[in-house]
Amino acid sequence: MEQRIITAAIVLLGVPLVLVGYILLCERLLRFVPEKRGDRIRPWLWIAPAVAFLVVFLIYPTFNTLVLSFMDATSRNFVGLDNYLWFFGDPSTIEALRNSVLWVIFMTAGVVGLGLLIAVLVDRVRYEPVAKTAIFVPLAISFVAAAIIWNFMYQYKPPGTPQTGTVNAVIGLVALGPIDWIRERTFLIDNFALIFIGVWIWTGFAMVILSAGLKGISVELLEAARVDGANEWQVFRRIIFPLLLPTIYVVATTIIITALKSFDIVYTLTNGAFGTDVIARKMFFEMFTTQNFGRASAVAIVLLVAIIPFMAVNIRRFREQEAIR
Amino acid sequence: MTLPVPEAPAADAPAARARVDAYTTRVGAAEKPRRRGYRILLHAAIVGLVILWLIPTIGLFVNSFRPAAAVSSSGWWTSLLPPWDFTIDNYIHVLEQNNLGDAFINSLFITIPSTVIPVLVASFAAYAFAWMDFPYKNAIFVAIVGLLVIPLQSTLIPVLRLLAGAHIAGEFLAVWLAHTGYGLPFAIFLLRNYMGGLPREVFESASIDGASPATSFFRLAIPMSVPVLASLTIFQFLFVWNDLLVSLIYIGPTRSENLPMTVVISNLVSSLGGETHFLTAAAFLTMALPLVVFILLQRYFVRGITGGAVKG
Amino acid sequence: MTRRRTTLRGLGAVATVAVMLVLAACSGGQSSGDDKSVTVVGTWGGSEQESFLAMVKPWEDKTGNKVKYTGSRGLGAYLTTAVQSGTLPDLAGLPGPGEMQGFYAQGALKALDDVLDMNTYTAETAPAFVDLGKAPDGKTIGVFIKSALKGLIWYNTGNFTGEPPTSWDAVMSTDKGNAENLWCVALESGADSGWPGTDWIEDIVLRTAGPQVYDDWVNGKHKWSSPEIKAAFEAFGDVLDDTYGGPTLINSTNFGDGGNPLFTDPPGCLFHHQASFITDFFKKQGGAQDGEFDFFPMPDMNADFAGAFTGAGDLFGLFSDKAAAKDLLKYLTTAEAQQIWVDRGGALSANTKVTKYPDPVSERSAKILTGAKIFRFDGGDLMPQAMKAAFFRAMVDFAEDQSKLDSILTSLDETAASSYTQ
Repeated sequence: MEQRIITAAIVLLGVPLVLVGYILLCERLLRFVPEKRGDRIRPWLWIAPAVAFLVVFLIYPTFNTLVLSFMDATSRNFVGLDNYLWFFGDPSTIEALRNSVLWVIFMTAGVVGLGLLIAVLVDRVRYEPVAKTAIFVPLAISFVAAAIIWNFMYQYKPPGTPQTGTVNAVIGLVALGPIDWIRERTFLIDNFALIFIGVWIWTGFAMVILSAGLKGISVELLEAARVDGANEWQVFRRIIFPLLLPTIYVVATTIIITALKSFDIVYTLTNGAFGTDVIARKMFFEMFTTQNFGRASAVAIVLLVAIIPFMAVNIRRFREQEAIR
Repeated sequence: MTLPVPEAPAADAPAARARVDAYTTRVGAAEKPRRRGYRILLHAAIVGLVILWLIPTIGLFVNSFRPAAAVSSSGWWTSLLPPWDFTIDNYIHVLEQNNLGDAFINSLFITIPSTVIPVLVASFAAYAFAWMDFPYKNAIFVAIVGLLVIPLQSTLIPVLRLLAGAHIAGEFLAVWLAHTGYGLPFAIFLLRNYMGGLPREVFESASIDGASPATSFFRLAIPMSVPVLASLTIFQFLFVWNDLLVSLIYIGPTRSENLPMTVVISNLVSSLGGETHFLTAAAFLTMALPLVVFILLQRYFVRGITGGAVKG
Repeated sequence: MTRRRTTLRGLGAVATVAVMLVLAACSGGQSSGDDKSVTVVGTWGGSEQESFLAMVKPWEDKTGNKVKYTGSRGLGAYLTTAVQSGTLPDLAGLPGPGEMQGFYAQGALKALDDVLDMNTYTAETAPAFVDLGKAPDGKTIGVFIKSALKGLIWYNTGNFTGEPPTSWDAVMSTDKGNAENLWCVALESGADSGWPGTDWIEDIVLRTAGPQVYDDWVNGKHKWSSPEIKAAFEAFGDVLDDTYGGPTLINSTNFGDGGNPLFTDPPGCLFHHQASFITDFFKKQGGAQDGEFDFFPMPDMNADFAGAFTGAGDLFGLFSDKAAAKDLLKYLTTAEAQQIWVDRGGALSANTKVTKYPDPVSERSAKILTGAKIFRFDGGDLMPQAMKAAFFRAMVDFAEDQSKLDSILTSLDETAASSYTQ
């Protein structure tokens, strides 16, 4: 135990010092090279630690995945495009694709919309920290607990018996239901019920980041607009929203990717039955249940390709940001 | 009304805050009936959303104090009326797990460096992407952000092979490095966006005064980015704290003395999925620390930090 | 500015020293391969974990060695990664016989013929369990630590008071009394939803079509769309037609809560089909007391195959050459060790020398298990993982809409065609 405390102290002080020391050391060494060349080398030195981590933990495994996607289940024999053909030829893929699109659209819209709404609203009240903490709670709770929570929320009991699920009890007050929310195929209710869980969890994330962005907007500006007679909607529409737009892009991109990757809600609640399957669950299933690494890798590569359009939007935006600032 | 330059810093933060306070007080005093109606609507909307968001968790919280048989036969709200039949057995059972204390320390051991390292490393890179020029800058940056989509599960086997080859599988170091790698794409994305929006004049004038890029970074960029650094710290802390998979795989059962709390807690459930009522209690015990971190770091989400830093 | 630079340079020096210390602290420490401790991984958590630790306690006391147990319900994912990357525990529970063969073929799993006293082992273990633990080359690679009996029909002793029916028809035509329906069926089990339905199908196939068809079917040599298997689904369909709450409740109720309507007033159902472990759930989730429930074994459905039963067990394998690990594995197969878990409840022994049981229900189950004329292992657990997962899912889909039976069976045949060849 004592040794651990010593290690802890060394780590707590040492790690930040090492990293800060690295930058200072780089700057010191750069003084020995001509300024022009120094300016060319400097950025690479600053991004080097990050790139090193990324190469080991993400880039190398991605290449590995790419190679495996052309191999069979045991990763021994080359099978060409078979795994991709399987993916696009599997009848259940179409349904999973449709659902993944639903997840991306509705989870992103819900999370970003609500996160922005809440961030803007709580900015105007004194109990802001309390309100934000409440919205943040779903993110802090472990995923296992979240799954238990929503099993309780959506629980179904036969009509005529007392409903133990919160949602069915509430709609029962107005003589509706009960509905088996996560298994009801009508109007894709099951998909939306599952997506709502994602919105419930991630809204706090959007709220925190957007709220941090909001704090960077000058108070004078808002105040001046109000004095000029702008109403709250105009203040939001003309000042807050445009200034927050870059941050909204970041949050939206992150949530789109999260929605695309999200398999755990579907996996633990319906395991893809009742027409609720998503692409990411298919990947997880091929990797760990059937242990077909070839197929699993092919699905992972499809996911990677699927986000390219969203990345292109981000590139354009960064160019614009650099042009105007 | 003209649109302002993005993210113009407030010139005098305390004064600005005082003005906001005065403004809210004035409105609170209900000088104009129209404003008053707006305030009521505002409070109603916030309180409504907060309740909607909390109800699921409150339901679970109430259930965590109820016997398992009651939980499966009646809704949680019915227990709020007498006769009360609450029990703290679930919590006692979780706290009695004999290795919980060690696992808690392990979780801290894993989480703190796994938060500090990526935040620092990402801020260096983000600053370079935001304020330095180099070839293929945007392409490299977008490639890094694109890595967000890589499913963690598909990296486990190749990375574990590397870690085992370097003889650090099972050590805390392995998990620190891994969490850093996995956390970087989002961290760089978020920080670069925020730092890129900082006012150019500030860095230009510092440069004219002879400040090196390191000085600009440590004395200007970092202090001005405190709100976003605070939110990043919160998220990274949270994700690592709640992580089960990375620790289970990279530390592994062969070094079970290093495993975090999440592993101990997941063992509360039987192989058939029974005894989930203990998980419920455990969930509230484990979320306490991330919530404290969130509440503590919230004080950095205040207006005026940007302005104050520029002046200092 | 100059003064600050000096401070920063000082910091740099401190940092360099610190990094060296950190690396030293991390790479040093305890060595991972110590001989006195045995690392064990299994799926058991909660009270099962406590029972396992109680089981190994006497061994630890006797030898001075230490068992380091880690439970994970994601055992399959963990072992897959561990075997692929070569960082293995000493002993591990195995997800199923299929994975066991795979791990042995990859050279990760060790043969046990030199570890166990094979004569004692075969004498004390049910032949079905001995055979299941063998590799194609005849070597024993997996042993059973505990077992369970399936195909028990549970009832509330206050609602069903007659003699246990001796034929399937008699079961199906039992007077329901004031119960709303004859059966309770609950298929929800998170990512494993559907498995209670597979137990039904397996019990029906074994009792109607016999062990030969059962073995062929489990091994992918008998089609799902064949008359025998289709008839089994249809028989289960008859059960579902008289099940409390209908398709929605069947699929939305967790298997652990499945028997609760036995104990409500008026009862939702008269019978509930589930393995021996369910009594724990009756007491904890259903609020029932000991004595309020009892079971009768699922009766024969074809006189040619009288006395047929299905069961399951927990396979264990050895991944290291460590002497202590071998000794622990040997200990776990003994009656002495298995008696400990049996006494703590929730398990039947895999060792036939264990005959002392803590309560009448488990004693009767154990007698049926050892006395079964025909005994077969849980079919789903013997199938390749992809087949097993498709089987689970098929039960969910079938319960939702029985009219899709033909397309469900066809798609199971397709899964069989691709998963057995691997």
